[in-house]
Amino acid sequence: MIRLLFTIIAGVLLGGVVHLVSVLALPRIATQDAYSRLTPMTKLNAVTALPLADPNNSPMPFMDPAFALAICRYDLAGGPIKLTVPVSQAYTSVSFYTRNEVAYYAINDRSAGKKVIELDLMTEAQHNELPEDEDVTAADRLIIDSPTTTGLILLKALAAEPGLMPQAQASLAASSCRVQIDAPAAKQEEPAAAPAPPPPRTKR
Amino acid sequence: MRLIFITLLALIIATAVGVGSTYMTATRGTDLGTLRIGAWTARPKNGTADVDPYSRATIARNGELPIGTGDGIAFSATTDDKKKPLDGRCDVLVSGVTPAARFWTLTLFDQKGHLVANSLQRYGFTSQEIIRGSDGMFEIRIASRSRAGNWLPTGGIERYALMLRLYDTPVGVATRTQRDAPMPSISMVGCP
Repeated sequence: MIRLLFTIIAGVLLGGVVHLVSVLALPRIATQDAYSRLTPMTKLNAVTALPLADPNNSPMPFMDPAFALAICRYDLAGGPIKLTVPVSQAYTSVSFYTRNEVAYYAINDRSAGKKVIELDLMTEAQHNELPEDEDVTAADRLIIDSPTTTGLILLKALAAEPGLMPQAQASLAASSCRVQIDAPAAKQEEPAAAPAPPPPRTKR
Repeated sequence: MRLIFITLLALIIATAVGVGSTYMTATRGTDLGTLRIGAWTARPKNGTADVDPYSRATIARNGELPIGTGDGIAFSATTDDKKKPLDGRCDVLVSGVTPAARFWTLTLFDQKGHLVANSLQRYGFTSQEIIRGSDGMFEIRIASRSRAGNWLPTGGIERYALMLRLYDTPVGVATRTQRDAPMPSISMVGCP
Protein backbone atom coordinates (compact mmCIF):
# COMPACT_ATOMS: atom_id res chain seq x y z
CA MET A 1 0.00 0.00 0.00
CA ILE A 2 2.79 2.40 0.98
CA ARG A 3 4.49 1.56 -2.26
CA LEU A 4 1.45 2.64 -4.22
CA LEU A 5 1.36 5.91 -2.30
CA PHE A 6 5.01 6.53 -3.11
CA THR A 7 4.29 5.78 -6.74
CA ILE A 8 1.53 8.36 -6.84
CA ILE A 9 3.64 11.01 -5.10
CA ALA A 10 6.56 10.31 -7.44
CA GLY A 11 4.19 10.50 -10.41
CA VAL A 12 2.80 13.86 -9.34
CA LEU A 13 6.26 15.30 -8.70
CA LEU A 14 7.47 14.05 -12.03
CA GLY A 15 4.28 15.51 -13.53
CA GLY A 16 5.29 18.92 -12.19
CA VAL A 17 8.60 18.61 -14.02
CA VAL A 18 6.81 17.54 -17.19
CA HIS A 19 4.50 20.54 -16.82
CA LEU A 20 7.35 23.04 -16.46
CA VAL A 21 9.30 21.55 -19.35
CA SER A 22 6.27 21.46 -21.63
CA VAL A 23 5.26 25.05 -20.84
CA LEU A 24 8.77 26.25 -21.66
CA ALA A 25 8.96 24.09 -24.76
CA LEU A 26 5.52 24.96 -26.12
CA PRO A 27 6.49 28.17 -27.92
CA ARG A 28 9.21 26.22 -29.75
CA ILE A 29 7.17 23.19 -30.72
CA ALA A 30 3.88 24.95 -31.54
CA THR A 31 3.09 24.40 -35.22
CA GLN A 32 0.15 26.80 -35.40
CA ASP A 33 1.88 29.85 -33.96
CA ALA A 34 1.61 33.19 -35.74
CA TYR A 35 4.97 32.86 -37.51
CA SER A 36 4.12 29.44 -38.94
CA ARG A 37 0.67 30.62 -39.99
CA LEU A 38 2.01 33.69 -41.73
CA THR A 39 4.97 31.97 -43.42
CA PRO A 40 3.04 30.59 -46.42
CA MET A 41 1.25 33.89 -47.11
CA THR A 42 4.11 36.35 -46.69
CA LYS A 43 7.29 37.09 -48.59
CA LEU A 44 10.68 37.09 -46.90
CA ASN A 45 12.22 40.52 -46.33
CA ALA A 46 9.37 42.31 -48.07
CA VAL A 47 6.10 43.88 -47.00
CA THR A 48 3.03 41.73 -47.58
CA ALA A 49 -0.40 43.16 -46.93
CA LEU A 50 -2.63 40.86 -44.90
CA PRO A 51 -6.23 40.34 -45.96
CA LEU A 52 -8.74 42.28 -43.88
CA ALA A 53 -10.05 40.40 -40.89
CA ASP A 54 -13.40 38.86 -41.70
CA PRO A 55 -15.50 36.20 -39.97
CA ASN A 56 -14.74 33.35 -42.34
CA ASN A 57 -11.03 33.64 -42.65
CA SER A 58 -8.58 35.64 -40.63
CA PRO A 59 -4.89 34.80 -40.56
CA MET A 60 -4.71 35.23 -36.79
CA PRO A 61 -7.22 35.16 -33.94
CA PHE A 62 -8.23 38.42 -32.22
CA MET A 63 -7.21 40.64 -35.15
CA ASP A 64 -8.49 44.19 -34.91
CA PRO A 65 -10.85 44.74 -37.88
CA ALA A 66 -10.37 48.51 -37.70
CA PHE A 67 -6.76 48.19 -38.85
CA ALA A 68 -5.08 47.57 -42.16
CA LEU A 69 -2.23 45.17 -41.45
CA ALA A 70 0.93 44.23 -43.26
CA ILE A 71 3.71 41.85 -42.32
CA CYS A 72 7.40 41.92 -43.04
CA ARG A 73 8.86 38.51 -42.27
CA TYR A 74 12.55 39.09 -41.85
CA ASP A 75 15.76 37.12 -41.87
CA LEU A 76 18.79 39.14 -40.87
CA ALA A 77 21.32 36.55 -42.04
CA GLY A 78 21.82 38.51 -45.27
CA GLY A 79 22.42 41.81 -43.48
CA PRO A 80 20.47 44.49 -41.61
CA ILE A 81 17.01 45.50 -42.73
CA LYS A 82 15.78 48.97 -43.47
CA LEU A 83 12.13 49.65 -42.79
CA THR A 84 10.27 52.73 -43.93
CA VAL A 85 6.58 53.22 -43.22
CA PRO A 86 4.78 56.40 -44.26
CA VAL A 87 2.45 57.65 -41.54
CA SER A 88 -1.26 57.37 -42.32
CA GLN A 89 -3.87 59.94 -41.38
CA ALA A 90 -5.10 58.46 -38.14
CA TYR A 91 -2.65 56.19 -36.42
CA THR A 92 0.24 54.04 -37.59
CA SER A 93 2.37 51.69 -35.57
CA VAL A 94 5.14 49.19 -36.11
CA SER A 95 5.66 46.22 -33.77
CA PHE A 96 8.58 43.81 -33.79
CA TYR A 97 8.29 40.15 -32.82
CA THR A 98 10.90 37.43 -32.43
CA ARG A 99 10.54 34.06 -34.12
CA ASN A 100 8.59 32.95 -31.02
CA GLU A 101 6.21 35.92 -30.96
CA VAL A 102 7.81 37.90 -28.16
CA ALA A 103 6.96 41.55 -28.78
CA TYR A 104 10.34 43.14 -28.11
CA TYR A 105 9.72 46.58 -29.56
CA ALA A 106 6.87 48.72 -30.79
CA ILE A 107 6.70 52.30 -31.91
CA ASN A 108 3.85 54.51 -33.11
CA ASP A 109 3.74 57.50 -35.41
CA ARG A 110 3.77 60.03 -32.59
CA SER A 111 6.84 58.63 -30.86
CA ALA A 112 8.55 58.43 -34.24
CA GLY A 113 7.76 62.13 -34.59
CA LYS A 114 8.07 62.27 -38.35
CA LYS A 115 5.97 61.77 -41.46
CA VAL A 116 7.80 58.53 -42.14
CA ILE A 117 8.79 55.91 -39.59
CA GLU A 118 12.33 54.89 -40.50
CA LEU A 119 14.10 52.10 -38.69
CA ASP A 120 17.13 49.90 -39.10
CA LEU A 121 16.78 46.39 -37.78
CA MET A 122 19.86 44.31 -37.12
CA THR A 123 21.19 41.61 -34.87
CA GLU A 124 23.34 42.62 -31.94
CA ALA A 125 26.45 41.33 -33.74
CA GLN A 126 25.69 43.45 -36.78
CA HIS A 127 25.13 46.46 -34.55
CA ASN A 128 28.52 45.99 -32.94
CA GLU A 129 30.17 45.83 -36.35
CA LEU A 130 28.83 49.24 -37.30
CA PRO A 131 31.58 51.86 -37.49
CA GLU A 132 31.01 54.02 -34.45
CA ASP A 133 31.77 57.62 -35.27
CA GLU A 134 30.17 57.65 -38.67
CA ASP A 135 27.06 59.53 -39.59
CA VAL A 136 25.18 56.21 -39.86
CA THR A 137 24.75 56.31 -36.09
CA ALA A 138 23.40 59.84 -36.22
CA ALA A 139 20.63 60.60 -33.77
CA ASP A 140 17.84 60.58 -36.31
CA ARG A 141 18.61 57.05 -37.35
CA LEU A 142 16.80 54.59 -35.15
CA ILE A 143 18.52 51.23 -34.76
CA ILE A 144 16.66 48.26 -33.29
CA ASP A 145 18.47 45.15 -32.12
CA SER A 146 16.64 41.95 -32.89
CA PRO A 147 17.15 39.18 -30.31
CA THR A 148 16.66 36.53 -33.01
CA THR A 149 17.82 36.35 -36.62
CA THR A 150 14.32 35.74 -37.91
CA GLY A 151 11.04 37.28 -36.84
CA LEU A 152 8.06 39.35 -37.82
CA ILE A 153 7.42 43.06 -38.19
CA LEU A 154 3.74 43.99 -37.97
CA LEU A 155 2.75 47.25 -39.64
CA LYS A 156 -0.63 48.66 -38.65
CA ALA A 157 -2.62 51.61 -39.94
CA LEU A 158 -5.91 52.55 -38.33
CA ALA A 159 -9.01 53.23 -40.40
CA ALA A 160 -10.96 55.28 -37.86
CA GLU A 161 -14.07 54.85 -39.99
CA PRO A 162 -14.73 51.97 -42.41
CA GLY A 163 -14.59 54.41 -45.34
CA LEU A 164 -10.99 55.28 -44.55
CA MET A 165 -9.76 51.71 -44.98
CA PRO A 166 -8.49 52.21 -48.58
CA GLN A 167 -6.33 55.12 -47.41
CA ALA A 168 -4.91 53.10 -44.53
CA GLN A 169 -4.12 50.24 -46.90
CA ALA A 170 -2.53 52.61 -49.38
CA SER A 171 -0.17 54.05 -46.78
CA LEU A 172 0.96 50.53 -45.84
CA ALA A 173 1.36 49.62 -49.51
CA ALA A 174 3.83 52.49 -49.81
CA SER A 175 6.02 51.11 -47.02
CA SER A 176 9.12 49.09 -47.66
CA CYS A 177 11.24 46.57 -45.81
CA ARG A 178 14.39 45.34 -47.46
CA VAL A 179 17.92 44.17 -46.81
CA GLN A 180 20.29 47.10 -46.85
CA ILE A 181 22.42 46.92 -49.95
CA ASP A 182 25.03 49.34 -48.69
CA ALA A 183 25.61 47.39 -45.48
CA PRO A 184 28.29 44.96 -46.76
CA ALA A 185 30.08 47.87 -48.42
CA ALA A 186 30.20 49.76 -45.14
CA LYS A 187 31.79 46.76 -43.49
CA GLN A 188 34.51 46.53 -46.14
CA GLU A 189 35.27 50.21 -45.89
CA GLU A 190 35.78 50.01 -42.20
CA PRO A 191 39.25 48.36 -42.15
CA ALA A 192 40.39 50.61 -44.98
CA ALA A 193 39.09 53.70 -43.28
CA ALA A 194 40.49 52.81 -39.88
CA PRO A 195 44.16 53.60 -40.60
CA ALA A 196 43.24 56.87 -42.29
CA PRO A 197 41.80 58.81 -39.32
CA PRO A 198 44.97 58.93 -37.14
CA PRO A 199 46.80 61.62 -39.17
CA PRO A 200 44.11 64.29 -38.59
CA ARG A 201 44.22 63.47 -34.90
CA THR A 202 47.96 64.17 -34.68
CA LYS A 203 47.44 67.45 -36.48
CA ARG A 204 45.08 68.56 -33.75
CA MET B 1 7.33 -7.47 -12.53
CA ARG B 2 6.00 -5.35 -9.71
CA LEU B 3 8.77 -2.79 -10.19
CA ILE B 4 7.92 -2.42 -13.86
CA PHE B 5 4.27 -1.93 -13.02
CA ILE B 6 5.04 0.74 -10.40
CA THR B 7 7.43 2.63 -12.67
CA LEU B 8 4.93 2.52 -15.47
CA LEU B 9 2.17 3.78 -13.20
CA ALA B 10 4.37 6.66 -11.98
CA LEU B 11 5.20 7.62 -15.54
CA ILE B 12 1.56 7.51 -16.60
CA ILE B 13 0.56 9.74 -13.68
CA ALA B 14 3.44 12.10 -14.50
CA THR B 15 2.36 12.40 -18.12
CA ALA B 16 -1.28 12.93 -17.24
CA VAL B 17 -0.54 15.55 -14.57
CA GLY B 18 2.13 17.35 -16.60
CA VAL B 19 0.43 17.50 -19.98
CA GLY B 20 -2.98 18.09 -18.41
CA SER B 21 -1.85 21.06 -16.37
CA THR B 22 0.03 22.53 -19.33
CA TYR B 23 -3.07 22.21 -21.47
CA MET B 24 -5.16 23.90 -18.79
CA THR B 25 -2.79 26.83 -18.33
CA ALA B 26 -2.27 27.27 -22.07
CA THR B 27 -5.98 27.36 -22.85
CA ARG B 28 -7.39 29.14 -19.82
CA GLY B 29 -4.39 31.24 -18.89
CA THR B 30 -3.07 32.03 -15.45
CA ASP B 31 -3.45 34.98 -13.14
CA LEU B 32 0.22 35.82 -13.43
CA GLY B 33 0.65 39.55 -14.06
CA THR B 34 -3.03 40.02 -14.90
CA LEU B 35 -4.55 43.45 -14.48
CA ARG B 36 -8.24 43.33 -13.53
CA ILE B 37 -10.48 46.37 -13.68
CA GLY B 38 -14.15 45.54 -13.29
CA ALA B 39 -14.94 42.79 -15.75
CA TRP B 40 -11.92 43.69 -17.90
CA THR B 41 -8.62 41.88 -17.82
CA ALA B 42 -5.35 42.72 -19.50
CA ARG B 43 -1.81 41.37 -19.41
CA PRO B 44 0.37 44.42 -19.91
CA LYS B 45 3.56 42.34 -19.83
CA ASN B 46 2.52 40.36 -22.91
CA GLY B 47 3.65 43.27 -25.02
CA THR B 48 7.16 43.34 -23.58
CA ALA B 49 10.24 41.16 -23.82
CA ASP B 50 9.76 39.92 -20.23
CA VAL B 51 6.48 38.14 -20.91
CA ASP B 52 5.95 35.20 -18.54
CA PRO B 53 6.34 31.62 -19.85
CA TYR B 54 2.65 30.80 -19.38
CA SER B 55 1.54 33.71 -21.52
CA ARG B 56 4.16 32.81 -24.11
CA ALA B 57 2.75 29.29 -24.26
CA THR B 58 -0.79 30.66 -24.65
CA ILE B 59 0.26 33.09 -27.38
CA ALA B 60 2.10 30.38 -29.32
CA ARG B 61 -0.81 28.00 -28.99
CA ASN B 62 -3.41 30.55 -30.13
CA GLY B 63 -1.21 31.80 -32.94
CA GLU B 64 -1.75 35.45 -32.14
CA LEU B 65 0.58 38.42 -32.11
CA PRO B 66 0.25 40.28 -28.80
CA ILE B 67 -0.02 44.05 -28.98
CA GLY B 68 3.31 45.67 -28.18
CA THR B 69 3.66 48.02 -25.22
CA GLY B 70 4.79 50.94 -27.40
CA ASP B 71 1.64 50.46 -29.44
CA GLY B 72 -1.11 49.97 -26.89
CA ILE B 73 -2.86 47.53 -24.59
CA ALA B 74 -5.72 45.07 -25.02
CA PHE B 75 -8.41 44.51 -22.38
CA SER B 76 -10.82 41.64 -22.78
CA ALA B 77 -14.05 40.74 -21.01
CA THR B 78 -16.08 37.55 -21.15
CA THR B 79 -18.47 38.41 -18.32
CA ASP B 80 -20.46 41.42 -17.21
CA ASP B 81 -19.72 43.37 -14.02
CA LYS B 82 -21.69 40.82 -11.99
CA LYS B 83 -19.56 37.95 -13.34
CA LYS B 84 -22.35 36.61 -15.52
CA PRO B 85 -21.04 35.25 -18.82
CA LEU B 86 -21.85 37.47 -21.79
CA ASP B 87 -24.73 35.96 -23.73
CA GLY B 88 -25.30 36.93 -27.36
CA ARG B 89 -29.05 36.51 -27.03
CA CYS B 90 -29.27 39.14 -24.29
CA ASP B 91 -28.97 42.92 -24.42
CA VAL B 92 -25.68 44.08 -22.96
CA LEU B 93 -24.87 47.71 -22.28
CA VAL B 94 -21.26 48.93 -22.30
CA SER B 95 -21.21 52.46 -20.98
CA GLY B 96 -19.07 55.09 -19.36
CA VAL B 97 -15.66 56.40 -20.23
CA THR B 98 -12.39 54.87 -21.38
CA PRO B 99 -8.86 55.53 -20.11
CA ALA B 100 -6.82 58.21 -21.81
CA ALA B 101 -5.75 57.03 -25.24
CA ARG B 102 -5.37 58.55 -28.68
CA PHE B 103 -7.66 55.91 -30.19
CA TRP B 104 -9.50 52.89 -28.94
CA THR B 105 -11.44 50.11 -30.59
CA LEU B 106 -14.07 47.80 -29.14
CA THR B 107 -14.47 44.50 -30.96
CA LEU B 108 -16.68 41.48 -30.49
CA PHE B 109 -15.13 38.03 -30.99
CA ASP B 110 -16.36 34.51 -30.56
CA GLN B 111 -14.49 32.36 -28.07
CA LYS B 112 -11.89 31.28 -30.61
CA GLY B 113 -11.04 34.84 -31.58
CA HIS B 114 -12.95 35.00 -34.85
CA LEU B 115 -15.20 37.89 -35.78
CA VAL B 116 -18.92 37.20 -35.74
CA ALA B 117 -20.67 37.41 -39.10
CA ASN B 118 -23.54 39.88 -39.45
CA SER B 119 -25.33 41.52 -42.37
CA LEU B 120 -24.08 44.98 -41.40
CA GLN B 121 -20.44 43.83 -41.46
CA ARG B 122 -20.01 45.67 -38.19
CA TYR B 123 -17.57 43.91 -35.93
CA GLY B 124 -16.77 46.71 -33.53
CA PHE B 125 -16.45 50.41 -33.00
CA THR B 126 -13.55 52.81 -33.05
CA SER B 127 -13.41 55.82 -30.75
CA GLN B 128 -14.18 58.08 -33.72
CA GLU B 129 -17.27 56.26 -34.89
CA ILE B 130 -19.02 56.25 -31.58
CA ILE B 131 -21.95 58.55 -30.81
CA ARG B 132 -21.45 60.20 -27.45
CA GLY B 133 -23.67 62.04 -25.05
CA SER B 134 -23.09 65.73 -24.29
CA ASP B 135 -20.99 64.77 -21.26
CA GLY B 136 -18.60 62.69 -23.36
CA MET B 137 -19.94 59.40 -22.06
CA PHE B 138 -21.03 56.74 -24.48
CA GLU B 139 -23.36 53.77 -24.49
CA ILE B 140 -22.88 50.76 -26.72
CA ARG B 141 -25.72 48.28 -26.98
CA ILE B 142 -24.70 44.74 -27.77
CA ALA B 143 -27.68 42.71 -28.89
CA SER B 144 -28.76 40.24 -31.54
CA ARG B 145 -31.58 42.48 -32.85
CA SER B 146 -31.03 46.02 -34.06
CA ARG B 147 -31.04 48.81 -31.49
CA ALA B 148 -30.92 52.60 -31.73
CA GLY B 149 -27.62 54.39 -31.21
CA ASN B 150 -24.37 52.45 -31.04
CA TRP B 151 -25.52 48.95 -31.81
CA LEU B 152 -23.05 46.09 -31.98
CA PRO B 153 -24.64 42.91 -33.38
CA THR B 154 -23.89 39.57 -31.73
CA GLY B 155 -25.29 37.34 -34.44
CA GLY B 156 -27.12 35.52 -31.64
CA ILE B 157 -24.11 33.41 -30.61
CA GLU B 158 -24.21 32.08 -27.10
CA ARG B 159 -20.84 33.15 -25.72
CA TYR B 160 -18.62 35.96 -26.88
CA ALA B 161 -15.74 38.09 -25.74
CA LEU B 162 -15.35 41.84 -25.92
CA MET B 163 -11.96 43.34 -26.56
CA LEU B 164 -11.19 46.96 -25.83
CA ARG B 165 -7.88 48.01 -27.30
CA LEU B 166 -6.29 51.31 -26.35
CA TYR B 167 -3.71 52.74 -28.71
CA ASP B 168 -1.04 55.25 -27.75
CA THR B 169 -1.97 55.23 -24.10
CA PRO B 170 -0.25 55.70 -20.74
CA VAL B 171 -2.09 52.61 -19.44
CA GLY B 172 0.34 49.73 -19.18
CA VAL B 173 2.64 47.83 -16.87
CA ALA B 174 2.41 50.51 -14.16
CA THR B 175 -1.39 50.60 -14.09
CA ARG B 176 -2.98 49.06 -11.00
CA THR B 177 -6.47 50.35 -10.31
CA GLN B 178 -9.68 51.74 -11.72
CA ARG B 179 -8.49 55.26 -10.90
CA ASP B 180 -5.54 54.98 -13.30
CA ALA B 181 -7.72 53.45 -15.95
CA PRO B 182 -11.46 54.13 -15.74
CA MET B 183 -12.94 51.29 -17.76
CA PRO B 184 -16.52 51.28 -19.06
CA SER B 185 -19.05 49.20 -17.16
CA ILE B 186 -20.68 46.14 -18.69
CA SER B 187 -24.23 45.31 -17.63
CA MET B 188 -26.82 42.86 -18.81
CA VAL B 189 -30.00 44.89 -19.29
CA GLY B 190 -32.42 42.40 -20.67
CA CYS B 191 -32.66 38.78 -21.56
CA PRO B 192 -35.50 37.52 -23.70
